Amino acid sequence: MKLIFEKGAPDQHLSLLPACDVPEVSFKEERALPLRLPHVSENELTRHYKQLSDRVHGMNDGFYPLGSCTMKYNPKIDEELAALPGFTQIHPLQSAETAQGCLEVLHTMEKNLCEITGLDAFTLQPAAGAHGEFTGLLLIKAYHVHHKDFARTKIIVPDSAHGTNPASARMAGFDVVNIPSGPDGCVDLEALKAAVGPDTAGLMLTNPNTVGIFDKNILKITEIIHKAGGLCYYDGANLNAVLGVVRPGDMGFDACHLNLHKSFATPHGGGGPGAGPVGCKAELAQFLPGPQVEEKGGKYKFVTPKYSIGRVRGFAGNFDVVVKALCYLLTLGKEELPHVAENAVLNANYMMARLKTSYTMAYDTFCMHEFVMSLEGLHKETGIAAMDIAKGLLDHGIHPPTMYFPLIVHEALMIEPCETESKEIMDEVCDVFLQLFEEAKTNPQALHDAPLHTPVRRLDEVAAARHAIVRYNFD
Amino acid sequence: MGTYVPNSERVQQEMLDVIGVKNVRDLYCNVPKKMFVKELNLPSEKSELEVRAAVIEIAEKNRVFKTCLRGAGAYRHFIPAVVKSITSREELVTAYTPYQAEISQGILQSIFEYQTEMCELTGMDVSNASVYDGATAAAESITMCRDRKRTKAYVSATANPQVIETMQTYCFGSGVELTVIPAKNGKTDEKALKAALGEDAACFYLQQPNYFGLMEDAAAIGEIVHAAGAKYVMGVNPIACALMKTPAECGADVAVGEGQPLGLDVAFGGPYLGFMTATHDMMRHLPGRIVGETHDVDGKVGYVLTLTAREQHIRREKATSNICSNEQLCAFTAGLYMAAMGASGMRQAATLSMSKAHYLAKALQKAGLSLAYKGEFFHEFVTACDEKTAKSIEKALEKVGILGGLSVDGGILWCATEVVTKAELDKTAEIVKEVLSK
Amino acid sequence: MNFPAELKYSKTHEWVKMLDDTTALVGISDFAQDELGDLVFVNLPIVGDDVVAGDAMCDVESVKAVSDVMSPVSGTVAEVNNELDDAPEKLNEDPYGAWIAKIENITDTDELLDAEAYEAFTKEA
Repeated sequence: MKLIFEKGAPDQHLSLLPACDVPEVSFKEERALPLRLPHVSENELTRHYKQLSDRVHGMNDGFYPLGSCTMKYNPKIDEELAALPGFTQIHPLQSAETAQGCLEVLHTMEKNLCEITGLDAFTLQPAAGAHGEFTGLLLIKAYHVHHKDFARTKIIVPDSAHGTNPASARMAGFDVVNIPSGPDGCVDLEALKAAVGPDTAGLMLTNPNTVGIFDKNILKITEIIHKAGGLCYYDGANLNAVLGVVRPGDMGFDACHLNLHKSFATPHGGGGPGAGPVGCKAELAQFLPGPQVEEKGGKYKFVTPKYSIGRVRGFAGNFDVVVKALCYLLTLGKEELPHVAENAVLNANYMMARLKTSYTMAYDTFCMHEFVMSLEGLHKETGIAAMDIAKGLLDHGIHPPTMYFPLIVHEALMIEPCETESKEIMDEVCDVFLQLFEEAKTNPQALHDAPLHTPVRRLDEVAAARHAIVRYNFD
Repeated sequence: MGTYVPNSERVQQEMLDVIGVKNVRDLYCNVPKKMFVKELNLPSEKSELEVRAAVIEIAEKNRVFKTCLRGAGAYRHFIPAVVKSITSREELVTAYTPYQAEISQGILQSIFEYQTEMCELTGMDVSNASVYDGATAAAESITMCRDRKRTKAYVSATANPQVIETMQTYCFGSGVELTVIPAKNGKTDEKALKAALGEDAACFYLQQPNYFGLMEDAAAIGEIVHAAGAKYVMGVNPIACALMKTPAECGADVAVGEGQPLGLDVAFGGPYLGFMTATHDMMRHLPGRIVGETHDVDGKVGYVLTLTAREQHIRREKATSNICSNEQLCAFTAGLYMAAMGASGMRQAATLSMSKAHYLAKALQKAGLSLAYKGEFFHEFVTACDEKTAKSIEKALEKVGILGGLSVDGGILWCATEVVTKAELDKTAEIVKEVLSK
Repeated sequence: MNFPAELKYSKTHEWVKMLDDTTALVGISDFAQDELGDLVFVNLPIVGDDVVAGDAMCDVESVKAVSDVMSPVSGTVAEVNNELDDAPEKLNEDPYGAWIAKIENITDTDELLDAEAYEAFTKEA
């Protein structure tokens, strides 16, 4: 389809703004470069974007089992309430007296998240999960600096970790120590013991881990780090498996981030915005980014912690995302929250039980909210790789699982169905998976050629990267 | 039965039978029993009707000002109806990151269009797909510029204080030394800048127009920065870019900024949009996602996420940024906003904002306030007064539904955009006059 | 698979073409480019940097991975092949023509393999 720049005519435009009712002023020196923006009528504009949205796979288009991404249903009421003018029209620098509602949202959310995680304080400033990791690591850094323990420069990260973990550690100025996972996909306690020392600043871990298994040694793990003088950071990417069932604070973690756009049902927006609030135990609270919300006698105000690391972005974070998450929490309440986790785990185990009749599971044990299959065997036998199965799913209207992650599993497909999918849908999807498995053996060429029925077919990523064209050329 | 959980207890039992366990908690066999939460201290579940009532009640505790004369990093501009209408489409709101390109062409093409529009606006060669906000864009730009020999970063004191603070926090992480170059009469002290930049200078960040609304001599400052061999980063207001000399024309290597004015609500601070553009030479140093054009197996044009080996999921601890989730829907909104406004609409919004701010400045001067700084300004300016007077003015304006300028060191920082009318500005001046005459 | 006899090779799959006793061109072997797949970018070394045999000298990117290129010798980077900036595909198409860096003041070449030994080594691996 054409780009917006290739549509319309130079004299077309929308009629949006009035004539100037005060004397007109302009710059002494204006830009000499032309400003070549689209020039279309309103009708053409809406058709263009409708056409674009037809070429997007949303939650309403079908199953979305992206492992590690928690693509759950996004309730409409949350959208509606976040769009109230009483939230959207509030300037972030209004006085606290005129923004008590916004401060109440932040404070209520901070309190609720403390309860859900078993931690003592929260900041809602980080705008995404990775931003939260960076913030949490700076808290750990500030803690050690505060105690004049300057030798603690290393962060331990398992080799199964999300790429953001080591990248965040580097951004926070730490060196990264990668430790190998054991054969069960969990932390190898001996490797961990060998890695800790007086230079250990902390550990980053997600539990359940990226292969979908709850690490049964979790208390031993956090104890090893604490004994060595380090702190434990919980990557909340997989919280959906344990929401309301087990708390990171009770596992021994000192700080964590949550992804409101995963566990708390706020939409992903095609890649963002999300929100990555960070929580911590009391001894880290004095380092949190400012401002925090404080409540006294029903009145709210902003305060900055004593030894704050400083802000990690402007204003109070992705506020409107927080509103959506609060609506979600209010709806579920203490009664339903644990059912989120339980049904996420139930759905994943159900799909695993149905698929393991054909597919090879990377770890043959009950999983939590997601599981990883290895297509290494199928690949060797038929030449059909994880990528080909993924592309085959596209022609069935199913979004593929996460591919080639975690790195410790070869030809990995990672499936996370989420609690909001019905057995009926999962049965249909499992049937397709099983059909593709047979097709890999009987007609592999068909899978190599897939997809056939998408707006475009497999794209040449090598050509795109070798000679990058990253903007429209008007000339 | 959990809200949003579709499977009935009967169906759940059927599934447990297939799995071969009695109870769903049997699947949590790795969790030490003592660790299970008994009951959370949270409110009880609510129906949709109750949630709506409860949240509306919270929203009503906020005061929505009819007139807004406050900016300082968040601006209330006109948002065309078509923008809200399109950006509420469920597919766009709920989709994941476009890793599966074949079924994500809509998002990928929209980013490609957004990247092009941002390049046009700033005059720069390349754009990324967004970062969190203007402050984090500024902070990320330091990492783009530093290398082993050039490890020091500089920022003008005339930049937004929240931007400076965010840069400082990021530098606490990276170990880069960040120095604030002082201001003189509301603008960057060029002499001090020249004296400060040495052989180890990685970059200098200038905000244009600056925090006080003033236009800096950006081209001359660019020459000073380049003479020291450092990279020149400009943080620019995207609406002003429709009219003012572009960062490219001022010699910027990197141009970043807060994209909120491009069709996003002020929404108490977020979600906003950090835009980042650069010269072609700096392309591979950009953090975050970038979309590129290519073709499919049939030769059809299509779009993919490209240059991905820069990013954390591949480069891990060697990546220069950890960004994963960005502000895609906000970038989409900005792209759509620019398409709706067109070049003429963007210029009109800029001209109206600037003209109204100048009208307000004159009206306030007539009312008895004086400008704190001389020099050309865009749509913000500072009037000098003591803190007590500033507070009285704010309170008096609040009474009639006007959110006045922001109290800053030494005065009030005012802002006007195209959405305020002459009548509202006259009324503001009238009230200020009343306060001053007391 | 091509193993030109006039070149020396490292066990980390780089080739070395000695220009004189202490200067050489280095690049990645045919075997390496085949293993790495379609390369889309090379982060060239920095002229003037000292490199140590067996340590990372620069990295190359495919669409899905980034891989370190080890320096096959110890010395100083005298020159880099900027042509690869705009044509990374040459690393795949002509690995022995697509030199990455010219290294001078080379101190040790003892560990390097000749073509025959390297070819045998790749078959073991």
